[in-house]
Amino acid sequence: MKKRQMYLRMITASLMRRRSRMLVALLSIAIGATILSGLVTIYYDVPRQMGAQFRNYGANMIFTASDEEMSLDDVHQSANMIPSDDLIGMTPYRYENIRIRERPIVVAGTDMESIKLTSPYWRIQGDYPATSEQILIGANVAESFRLKVGDMLTVSYTPEGAVATDEETVLDNMIDFEITGILDTGGSEEDYVYVSLEDLETLTENKGSIDVAELSVQANSDELAGYADKINDSGLPVLAKLVKRVTASETTVLSKLQALVLLVTVVVLALTMICVATTMTAVVAERRKEIGLRKAIGASDSSIIKEFIGESMLLGGLGGIFGSVLGFIFAQQVSIHVFSSSITFQPLLIPITILVSVLVTGLSSLMPIRSATEVDPALVLKGE
Amino acid sequence: MSLLELRNIYKIYGELHALDDVSLKVEKGEWVSIMGPSGSGKSTMMNIIGCMDKPSKGEVLLDGVDISKESSRNLTTIRRDKIGLIFQQFHLVNYLTAVENVMLAQYYHSIPDEKEALEALDRVGLADRAKHLPSQLSGGEQQRVCVARALINYPEIILADEPTGNLDEANEEIVVDLFHKLHNEGTTLIVVTHDPEVAEVAQRTLVLRSGRLAKEIVNKNFTGKIHFDEGDAFRKEEIHE
Ligand SMILES: Nc1ncnc2c1ncn2[C@@H]1O[C@H](COP(=O)(O)OP(=O)(O)OP(=O)(O)O)[C@@H](O)[C@H]1O
Ligand SMILES: [Mg+2]
Repeated sequence: MKKRQMYLRMITASLMRRRSRMLVALLSIAIGATILSGLVTIYYDVPRQMGAQFRNYGANMIFTASDEEMSLDDVHQSANMIPSDDLIGMTPYRYENIRIRERPIVVAGTDMESIKLTSPYWRIQGDYPATSEQILIGANVAESFRLKVGDMLTVSYTPEGAVATDEETVLDNMIDFEITGILDTGGSEEDYVYVSLEDLETLTENKGSIDVAELSVQANSDELAGYADKINDSGLPVLAKLVKRVTASETTVLSKLQALVLLVTVVVLALTMICVATTMTAVVAERRKEIGLRKAIGASDSSIIKEFIGESMLLGGLGGIFGSVLGFIFAQQVSIHVFSSSITFQPLLIPITILVSVLVTGLSSLMPIRSATEVDPALVLKGE
Repeated sequence: MSLLELRNIYKIYGELHALDDVSLKVEKGEWVSIMGPSGSGKSTMMNIIGCMDKPSKGEVLLDGVDISKESSRNLTTIRRDKIGLIFQQFHLVNYLTAVENVMLAQYYHSIPDEKEALEALDRVGLADRAKHLPSQLSGGEQQRVCVARALINYPEIILADEPTGNLDEANEEIVVDLFHKLHNEGTTLIVVTHDPEVAEVAQRTLVLRSGRLAKEIVNKNFTGKIHFDEGDAFRKEEIHE
């Protein structure tokens, strides 16, 4: 039998036949490795996750009319210049003045489905309008007219050029809408009412023009600027502008968050090392007798160190295997609960976690193992 | 030249003289017993002979080399190459099987050889227990594993500190019989014991008292030819003649 075979037989026997003892050590290593690999996964996934989060923060590009009027077609053509993979949503807005119970109110004709993409932070009491003749009203409107979800609301519009000949003549176009939802944003949106573009066309009897369109684009600020330039140079009557506030803060918050995760990772790494070192110290203390015995029958200090390092690295490897699997589950759970999305699996992280786990365990065992060599073999002979 | 020579050995712990000017010689192939009351310095002496401790003063010559001046690293090498140790408590590595425990001594000495280790276990009558863990062995069986481990590397000296201290009479006899075999093969034996029956089978018995050599009894009846196969009664008669 080779010496190495005996060595491997010894260290595996030590782990396998002292399972209950080693389980504690294994557990602490596995937990450390779990948290580490989980945090690293999150660290690398944060930009992706946060990108999605900031996208949720609404539009990062807006279209306004340049000098001429901007039609819905112009808006769609411009939006199509952005690769469809990067375009999260585009919401056109057409504003008109209408009257509700003889009071002037601004109505926006828009696309309810894409609002959910470009303004996901809108809080709706009730639902978005789903069919025609349904209306979403701002919270302030609801309050001043004492309206609630389910009420009917008559909206009147005076066509351009209509001149009242006498008091009784009704020139206004009128539509009865069902209120499906009340909008609560904390901003000026609460003063408006929202209907579909089609309903607004019916009400005004013309196609009208789009005043503004909000776009949510998944891209970094350079790419975003590139898209805007392309649209502005296209000759369409569309002026694309970036909404600077969100894109700029996106980057700083992102790096701060990453730094935070990194800091936590380092702290956890340190704690894991302390924990493993403590466990190994206990393991060594518990095995003083065995160490003394090994020395008495001729083990040199270096072979004692070799055996314990081998054991702890084996332990580290096992802990790393458990940790990389559990770490992924952990990161997945965090991602689902914090970011409400699943995480991308990084296959490379498995060997890295195992390697780091082996190194950390080996390193943090070094001190207790060094002290193992100080055991006096005479104590064993004495039969203490 | 004697195999082992102690020259004016002292071991001093503060005020206490655990060994106080001890000198002795042990020839190659000799079988020596060491007796003495508890605390008389027996284990202290064994530790020094076994290269696990150094004397405060004096010289210890093993094969002509003064081991009292050696570094602890060299002492480990000397211990590994020349000395087989048997302890009062059956010190085995508890997660290794009987044969693995024997192979451990080979591993540190040179190269582990399972076949040879099994042969050694066979010599102590434990061939069928080779794959058992210490916890699955009786005290006597464990001590026999220790004997097998002590003799596996053909040491020049076997040092046994109360090898039968925790054994019943039957197991004590088995171990003593093994000593006879080893002695017949030319191994030098130094055995610390409280048990006069174990002591008096040796060629010489040294008695320690308060760290000093108080008495030396030579067993005039020692033939060295006693063999365990010839039965207990026969052997005891011969000694008590
Ligand atoms: N490391 C030590 N520090 C201080 N005193 C010690 C130490 N080791 C041994 N002694 C003392 O030295 C004396 C001799 O001890 P030793 O172990 O050699 O006795 P012993 O003859 O083997 O006794 P026993 O038969 O009980 O095993 C004892 O008084 C003991 O207390
Ligand atoms: Mg003693």
